Amino acid sequence: MSIKEKEQEIIDEFALYDDWMDKYEYIIELGKELPLIDEQYKTKDRLIKGCQSQVWLHADCIDNKMKFTADSDAIITKGIIALLIRVVNDESPADVARSEFKFIKEIGLQEHLSPTRSNGLVSMVKDMKLNALKAAK
Amino acid sequence: MFKGKPEVNLGFNYHSFGCSTICFIDRKEKVIEIKYDNRHCSLTTNIGRKGVYSEYSFVPLCVIKLIVMDIKAIRSQFPILEEKIHGKPLVYFDNGATTQKPLSVIQRINDYYSKENANIHRGVHTLSQEATSAYENARTTIQKYIGAKENHEVLFTKGTTDSINLVAYSFGELLNAGDEVIISAMEHHSNIVPWQMLCERKGCKLRIIPIDDKGDLILDSYDSLLSEKTRLVAVTHISNSLGTVNDVKYIIEKAHTVGAKVLIDGAQSIQHIQVNVQELDCDFYAFSGHKIFGPTGIGVLYGKEEILNQMPPYQGGGDMIKEVTLEKTTYNVLPHKFEAGTPNIAGGIGLGAAFEFLNSLDMKKVVAHEQELLDYATAELAKIEGIKFYGQAKEKTSLISFLIDGLHPYDVGTLLDKMGIAVRTGHHCTQPIMDQFCIPGTIRASFALYNTKDEIDVFITALNRIIPMLKN
Repeated sequence: MSIKEKEQEIIDEFALYDDWMDKYEYIIELGKELPLIDEQYKTKDRLIKGCQSQVWLHADCIDNKMKFTADSDAIITKGIIALLIRVVNDESPADVARSEFKFIKEIGLQEHLSPTRSNGLVSMVKDMKLNALKAAK
Repeated sequence: MFKGKPEVNLGFNYHSFGCSTICFIDRKEKVIEIKYDNRHCSLTTNIGRKGVYSEYSFVPLCVIKLIVMDIKAIRSQFPILEEKIHGKPLVYFDNGATTQKPLSVIQRINDYYSKENANIHRGVHTLSQEATSAYENARTTIQKYIGAKENHEVLFTKGTTDSINLVAYSFGELLNAGDEVIISAMEHHSNIVPWQMLCERKGCKLRIIPIDDKGDLILDSYDSLLSEKTRLVAVTHISNSLGTVNDVKYIIEKAHTVGAKVLIDGAQSIQHIQVNVQELDCDFYAFSGHKIFGPTGIGVLYGKEEILNQMPPYQGGGDMIKEVTLEKTTYNVLPHKFEAGTPNIAGGIGLGAAFEFLNSLDMKKVVAHEQELLDYATAELAKIEGIKFYGQAKEKTSLISFLIDGLHPYDVGTLLDKMGIAVRTGHHCTQPIMDQFCIPGTIRASFALYNTKDEIDVFITALNRIIPMLKN
């Protein structure tokens, strides 16, 4: 499945919910499925400190496919990371570096990716792309 | 006053009141007058019910008028309270960050731009003179409200942060290496960082008054920090993250005994309590307009005339000068010396309107109403399993900082928002406090005079829905 197809799949899933609380219930569930970062990687240099929540991100590139693992102290942040990772995991570094995560806006969660929200997610997306760029070299 | 806590049944509702507690009836405006001698307590209400109560003993011949606030009338002055957020009625509990604006303030700013807009001071045309007098009248309204001796002791700034920076820079110029500045561990970052910058610039030393686990300042430590080296004490009147009301009168008196000046950060005060700068005898008092029902981008620095006159200007530009030649400039008198450039005219006039709004209130009623909200919310929140309060000072204003075991404030804040409830989450720009309690942040509900117990019920119901969602 391409990044685009995966994004559409998520948009379709979220279309089932018209109530905000149901949507968030689903995000919380997704958070539990997040490919968790190995404890040994929870180091200072992998910590993205937001003012609201904190995020750890680890990236690997195996056979030209990006593998991300992450964690956060906030469950909703975790859920959103799970969505982002689902879209870009197993994709080529070049594709990850190009991805814009437009689906987040489509499903009404853009507030979490706003630069002023300071939950660590904006920096995390940047780090994902930087890691992908590094791997592409 | 009263002895004990008599419970009074007025026939239409059931209430209890004690020494300093105000009686609320059905949350509608009612007037109750209690007259009592040493045996009897008689109550008269404005809806014509009377009763005589004799079970309690009272101090002879006092009369208290108990008047409740007409919340409906107050709320009707704040149009934003009618808004819906995500389809739910707005419950605004983020008043510590900024308060909402009454129509009178909104209208005043609108009128200024629609009918009076001109640059102030020195303009000979009618509009300029009208705008000047509106702006200067606002200054006088504020002067009277805060009890300043002179209206030129009221300087318009951008807000509390700007006011503190003005003092840190300008008063700071009078300081020398080795001098000491005292702040407390409960300060907002804006009452920490300017002093750190000053200390770095001038080689001064920053000393810190610690706080205890309840969120009270440890005043014994303060006493021992004071010395002849102390030049300035800068403390908050009310803590924005713990709600503690500090005994600033004591702090000021003590500082003055060693000849130090005192700046009070009043960002969280004027909207909750009556402040009189002359009674406090503070040397500086800083506050923001937007937290007291006024516009953003305007605030005040009150300073004693004598000290302001000794201080060099903070910024150079138009309006703050007396005479300029290319070689040398002489400075204008107060307050203009500290107000370089075209000021925030609409902001100043709008802030004047906010003070007119405050003038229309009975602050005693506001205090009683907010105390009732605080007590009610605290009691209701305390029923939630795993809740922990941060800030249980002896004297507290109407804000509650808390955490629920196992829940992250960001998650709680995000879900509350989806239910129309605005609270603040995070460290509230007081990271040292969070470090002391070893927490990343809290959930803060801060109330203002227009909030109601019904809104607190909505908040509690929402929390009870959110908790299982996040805990499972």
